[in-house]
Amino acid sequence: MTVHFKQDEPDNSNRLDGMKQGVLGKPMPRIEGLAKVTGTAPYAAEYPVENCAEGVLVTATITRGEVTSIDRKSVLSMPGVIAVIDDEKLCTRAAQGTANEAPMQGPAQVCYWGQPIALVVAKTFEQARDAAKHLNVEYRVEEGAPLDPGEVEPEEQEDETVHQGDLAHAMAEAAHSIDVTYTTKGHASAAMEPHAAIAEWDGHKLTVHASLQMLNYNITELADALDMEEDDVRLISRYVGGGFGSKLGISEEVVAAALAAKQVGRPVRVVQSRQQVFQTVMRRSETTQRLRLAADDNGKLVGFGHEALVSNLPGESFAEPVLQSSHFLYGGENRELMLNVARIHRMTAGSVRAPGEAVGMPALESAMDVLAEKVGIDPVELRLRNIPEDDPEEGLPFSSHKLAECLKQGAQAFGWENGPRKPRQRREGEWWIGIGMASAARVHNVSEAKARVTLKADGTALVETDMTDIGTGTYTILAQIAGEMLGLDPKRVLVELGDTRHPRGPGSGGSWGAASIGSAVYVACKAIREELATKIGTSEDKLELNEGRTPTGESLTDLLEGKDLAREGHYEPGDIEDDYTASGFGAFFAEVRVNHYTGETRVDRMLGAFGFGRVLNAKTARSQCIGGITWSIGLALTEALEFDPRDGHLVNCDLAEYHVPVHRDVPDLDVVLVEERDGAASPIQAKGIGELGMCGGAAAIANAIYNACGARLYDYPMTPDRVLAGMPD
Amino acid sequence: MRPFQYTRAPSLAEASNLTAGENTLAIAGGTNLLDLMKLQVETPGQLADINRLGYADIEDTDDGGLRLGALATNTETAVHPRVRSDYPVLSRAILAGATQQLRNKATNGGNLCQRTRCFYFTNIDQPCNKREPGSGCGAIDGIAKLHAILGTSDQCIATYPGDMAVALSALGATVEISGDKGERSVPVRDFHCLPGDTPWIENILERGEIITGIVLPAPVGGTQIYRKVRERSSYAFALVSVAAIIELTDGKFSRADLAFGGLAHKPWHDPRVGECLLGQVPSDALFDKAADILLEDARGFGENDFKIPLTRRTLHAVLSQATEDAA
Ligand SMILES: Cc1cc2nc3c(=O)[nH]c(=O)nc-3n(C[C@H](O)[C@H](O)[C@H](O)COP(=O)(O)OP(=O)(O)OC[C@H]3O[C@@H](n4cnc5c(N)ncnc54)[C@H](O)[C@@H]3O)c2cc1C
Ligand code: SF4
Repeated sequence: MTVHFKQDEPDNSNRLDGMKQGVLGKPMPRIEGLAKVTGTAPYAAEYPVENCAEGVLVTATITRGEVTSIDRKSVLSMPGVIAVIDDEKLCTRAAQGTANEAPMQGPAQVCYWGQPIALVVAKTFEQARDAAKHLNVEYRVEEGAPLDPGEVEPEEQEDETVHQGDLAHAMAEAAHSIDVTYTTKGHASAAMEPHAAIAEWDGHKLTVHASLQMLNYNITELADALDMEEDDVRLISRYVGGGFGSKLGISEEVVAAALAAKQVGRPVRVVQSRQQVFQTVMRRSETTQRLRLAADDNGKLVGFGHEALVSNLPGESFAEPVLQSSHFLYGGENRELMLNVARIHRMTAGSVRAPGEAVGMPALESAMDVLAEKVGIDPVELRLRNIPEDDPEEGLPFSSHKLAECLKQGAQAFGWENGPRKPRQRREGEWWIGIGMASAARVHNVSEAKARVTLKADGTALVETDMTDIGTGTYTILAQIAGEMLGLDPKRVLVELGDTRHPRGPGSGGSWGAASIGSAVYVACKAIREELATKIGTSEDKLELNEGRTPTGESLTDLLEGKDLAREGHYEPGDIEDDYTASGFGAFFAEVRVNHYTGETRVDRMLGAFGFGRVLNAKTARSQCIGGITWSIGLALTEALEFDPRDGHLVNCDLAEYHVPVHRDVPDLDVVLVEERDGAASPIQAKGIGELGMCGGAAAIANAIYNACGARLYDYPMTPDRVLAGMPD
Repeated sequence: MRPFQYTRAPSLAEASNLTAGENTLAIAGGTNLLDLMKLQVETPGQLADINRLGYADIEDTDDGGLRLGALATNTETAVHPRVRSDYPVLSRAILAGATQQLRNKATNGGNLCQRTRCFYFTNIDQPCNKREPGSGCGAIDGIAKLHAILGTSDQCIATYPGDMAVALSALGATVEISGDKGERSVPVRDFHCLPGDTPWIENILERGEIITGIVLPAPVGGTQIYRKVRERSSYAFALVSVAAIIELTDGKFSRADLAFGGLAHKPWHDPRVGECLLGQVPSDALFDKAADILLEDARGFGENDFKIPLTRRTLHAVLSQATEDAA
């Protein structure tokens, strides 16, 4: 039986707080943690499938043009080679998040260097890899593909454009105004588990083990790509070794494995190499961002301008939503916002953790530091003075707003020194020491979600949904929510995820997973509670359950009388989405050291204070924040995709040369959880959390670099060469 | 990766015999070679495994120096008590490289022979004169942030990426080599080559020659520094590195052995740099003069222009620190 709940009104009853089990919010370790660290949790490519052949993708070595011939004979005689697949259904790009339809297909048309154009299948992986490199391919090259976002006429994303008042006039008249331009480089998700799939056919039924974030959408994408009915497709992603956006949509190996398995009549596994993952999956677009801020004597904003240029391939709908939080974070009645996309022939741009704010916030929050200096006030104070009452563009109220608390609590916990600031005040040996701060903001998303909860006759519970756990803690928080609602130790709740045979969840992405699927589980559990309440002649809101018993000592097993009780919860965000602006907020504080001679920057300590609604598990929540802050360090100091200026290929395509932070780059990180209940955000009063931790953190580091050594930089990442170039003598 | 034969060399002579063939490479730790084979940058038809040949000891030499077996691992070398006490610059250089896991596997001989990290060299679908003579140099007008500023040619601007050899160059160590024509010893400073018109030749090893050891001279004392500048604090190759052995007597430089990494196709040792310091009182002006000499012929390729001022500043930092430590 399905119970449907559409949220049209805020729910401030905070029912979860009145439950008796007391497990929700507790720092419970991840249920699947042991299996993962002992290597017994199978990832996509690790399922033991008999008689499995191995496929390796062949990728294009031109930027734009057409494949005119593929010389199969050149490899079919090689040892072990079974087939060369260049079916027109092969995908040449990954699907964008929530695309819900097949991504670009047709391998004969080449749009970027490194694009998949064929698959070689062989008995062993080594044979397939060797043959893939031997395959002779001829092309008709279409010269002159634009590669540099600055060299083409960009397309305006009109729904992002805001013209309000007269910004130019405000800039000219205001007591203080700044007009600064920032750049950020492209980023990669760099998830540990490479993109991989094993496809198996049973007649016309297809099963694919894949590494994906959003099965509910992925199944539609895959069925569409193969011209199949969804009912004939099953996708399984029980464990996902990191996604960070790169596995939102199906990528090339999934369709390739399915087509190959059909053609060769046996299961086929396709694992992308590390280089291929970098070159074919998704990049975060580089950005150029102009910030114009105009403020009165007291630092109150009267004008706010944020314009950004991003890029993507022709035909892609995604444009890095750089301005997402800029629309509402600060006031200023004269506003100008604009997002432009340049069509260029670098690999596909798509979602990488916190699309939009990840790069928009570092620019905005660094500009705010420039403004604070100009106005001559403390940067924390500048932010406090500019928190708007309501959404400054839409006029909507905020569902909840913890920015001020985060700024204050964060400043106190960090030991922020209040007052106007001057650079180059502290030196230890070769090192300049400085501190900096920034606000955090990330829009809150929720999505329709379904989950089935079964209270078993034996007094245990089962939660089933196709929702994924990409390392974030979904297994654990769902066991906690069900345990809390049904009065069970979470150890007695079995959670089964990542299989499209289960009710459909929203998938993991846009930080919406926990609040959405958690609400579906909540709705299902509430329905089960109603049944139980009826059985003992009370009402659901009075039903107290703890350790599998009612207050009068009846056990759930007795109540169930040998029968399972199952309910499917169906949660749908309702009209409430139009009534409020909902976002997570926070504040970052960083202390860095900058080497006077070499320009090397190291983060000494960093703190983030975040408000994102109900904390479902203090440990997994904190881990998400720490992960986000770690990404901020990479974004600020080291991470940059480098593209060849002549053919647009990604050159630094492995983990040795694309520099994510290593342990030594990440100091003690401190997280302050500013807990709140946001009744308009979701029925469980929780908001998104997975991405907030990196939305602005890089600016805290950039601002600390300036405070330390006086190098005011406008280009991320702030590598030694750039720091030295900006450092006063 | 291409299919290949694997042969465990039973003796040094047999290892020489095997690797004298056109298509055979020695494999030690494999941390560099296997990566390159997977990418088909290296395509040997046969691997001669030299791991069981011995030459893995670290032992005193008659004149008070130290012989490092070619097959001793980087970790064993870095933690060896005599390396730590008598040649700290070497220990520090090794520990500044790669990661613990890699160093546990990497050998001293393999480390000397490691190949460049140029992005175009490691991508077989791009031009590279080193990998495919005559195909052109992808880096010169491409992404060349890591590339050389000294001793480049119009054929190749790659760097030798390693750290250990930079310290060995400052120490004046010698490489012991054995081949079918007998044994020879070559100073580390002469072991690696500049690219010139033959960028595919990276060192003086002839076919069939195997490195058996590295000999360190008797300890010289002094203040020993290895300074590696990089974007992240571990697991990154040097933008610039400096190995320095410095001694001051009566406030003046009495020893200044300096070698540089990240600047050229080989660890860079310019004897004039140290000589200009000898007998002089440390000062910023003097350090500048040393940098002027070092960088006299330096040339950037756009993206790596920053290495010129960075090298100057890093040299300043190292000489200032050495002066302080020595005082
Ligand atoms: C991700 C990564 C990061 C790294 N970072 C650094 C760094 O920061 N600094 C640094 O210095 N190094 C770094 N390295 C390189 C590492 O130090 C080398 O890979 C290692 O030292 C090579 O030693 P090996 O024994 O594994 O050599 P192998 O891979 O076995 O061999 C390398 C080459 O040397 C030849 N060879 C090996 N032994 C002999 C011998 N005795 N005689 C003749 N020829 C021989 C082989 O034929 C082969 O051509 C890094 C490597 C990786 C993969
Ligand atoms: S710099 Fe040398 S190694 Fe790099 S592409 Fe040019 S020739 Fe090849």
